[in-house]
Amino acid sequence: MHIELTPQQKKAQAMCKEFAQTQVAPSANQYDQEEHMPSAIIQQCKELGYLGALISQRYGGHPLDMITFGLINEEIGRACSSLRSLLTVHSMVSYAIQRWGSQQQKNYYLPRLATGEIIGAFALSEPAVGSDAKSIETSAHSDGDSYILNGQKKWTTFGQIADLFLVFAQTDGRISAFLVERETPSFSITPLTGMLGTRASMIAELHLQDCRIPDKNRIGGIGFGLASIAASALDIGRYSVAWGCVGIAQACLDASLDYTSQRQQFQTYLKDHQLIREMITNMITNIQAARLLCLQAGYSKDIGQPKTVMETWIAKYFASTNATRVALDAVQIHGAHGCHINHPVQRYLRDAKCMEIIEGSTQIQQITISEYGYQTQSY
Amino acid sequence: MADIHTKTRDFINHFFPNVTIQDDQDIFTMGFINSLFAMQLVMFVESEFGITVENEDLDINNFKSINAIASLVERKAGNAA
Ligand SMILES: Cc1cc2nc3c(=O)[nH]c(=O)nc-3n(C[C@H](O)[C@H](O)[C@H](O)COP(=O)(O)OP(=O)(O)OC[C@H]3O[C@@H](n4cnc5c(N)ncnc54)[C@H](O)[C@@H]3O)c2cc1C
Repeated sequence: MHIELTPQQKKAQAMCKEFAQTQVAPSANQYDQEEHMPSAIIQQCKELGYLGALISQRYGGHPLDMITFGLINEEIGRACSSLRSLLTVHSMVSYAIQRWGSQQQKNYYLPRLATGEIIGAFALSEPAVGSDAKSIETSAHSDGDSYILNGQKKWTTFGQIADLFLVFAQTDGRISAFLVERETPSFSITPLTGMLGTRASMIAELHLQDCRIPDKNRIGGIGFGLASIAASALDIGRYSVAWGCVGIAQACLDASLDYTSQRQQFQTYLKDHQLIREMITNMITNIQAARLLCLQAGYSKDIGQPKTVMETWIAKYFASTNATRVALDAVQIHGAHGCHINHPVQRYLRDAKCMEIIEGSTQIQQITISEYGYQTQSY
Repeated sequence: MADIHTKTRDFINHFFPNVTIQDDQDIFTMGFINSLFAMQLVMFVESEFGITVENEDLDINNFKSINAIASLVERKAGNAA
């Protein structure tokens, strides 16, 4: 066994870190407060090729191996979880089309997703349905060579600016997936503000009222919406979020190391108080553990091992719950300064909590991982 | 091609060790299939037998039993040759 990044992986990470720390991190609090992601920053991500990270060169992408993709998610997530969530949802849609789309869909959408000419968003959740995805209420009825979609989607990350939506709907009791373009008649988008975390991720509500979607925009077979399209997109989403959580936790550690080296109480630096050192030790250890789980899941993805699916669940579960714990300690270490809106650690805490809800909540992960444990118990 | 049957049965048994599955038994009616398993089954078939499962192969009839999976693999491998 050999766990060591390749020189190329290290280089890609260093480049991304430089971009994230100089161009993104200094303004991330402002994006959060304004609940807006500036188009100039998205443009820089496009130019760096990050929006084409999971798209093959054949379609104009800039494909990265899964470890490098993970490292990019860590570095962007370390600076700004909202921007990282753009990478997440855009990659989920790109991946789903590349994996399961028709040749026509691939030829038409992938080159534009790869350059970022169009932005993708993932629309599964609804006002009344979250974890129990099979019970979504949005419906799709076949009508000639089209489907008529009716329903509402909620919490769609970057829905405010996305051009292409991967929408899930019931087709006669089975779930299918559709590619819905922003300009589709009878399709409307309402911005959703006031989120706890990832506040600059430009979340939206989507309304579909007798939306006519051509049959050629259905992706995957009838009834395979959840088992193939959503499952594989969510696997990518979970992987991206897991790495993003390592980034949040690392940012908390960075801030805490700095602060405790500068602030003095009782005539000594905070870092010299042993109770502070305990928190720092736990941060370092658990961040390293989360990163190793992510690396394991990424390595299995790169070699096409089915076990990557469960490894990704475990990595996301550990990394997201750890990010919340680490961020709580980081706020504690920063005292009142950490509670103020101008300090990033309060943002890290709010962002981390949201990561325990998306792509499978902590409880759904506990159910899934423990179920797997019982299933494979005697093996 | 008995190999495909054996390897596929081993893979399914890894997840469901306490059940005995016949080659022609419909696994989707046995109540233990979820999307997590389905996804891993597709990845297993691809990585183990070197084929690519395409959109048009996503038909329950191709995955419902060990025999069905074996004939999908044989068909795809034959096409590729
Ligand atoms: C910041 C953010 C961004 C998001 N972006 C997107 C997006 O881009 N696209 C999209 O489709 N959705 C998105 N979502 C929605 C997200 O996927 C859902 O919030 C998530 O699936 C959970 O659903 P819910 O919020 O409806 O909670 P519910 O499913 O209603 O659950 C509420 C609580 O009950 C718990 N619970 C549910 N079932 C069980 C059970 N069986 N046993 C024990 N506890 C249970 C949950 O863990 C949770 O704590 C986003 C959410 C957030 C917060």
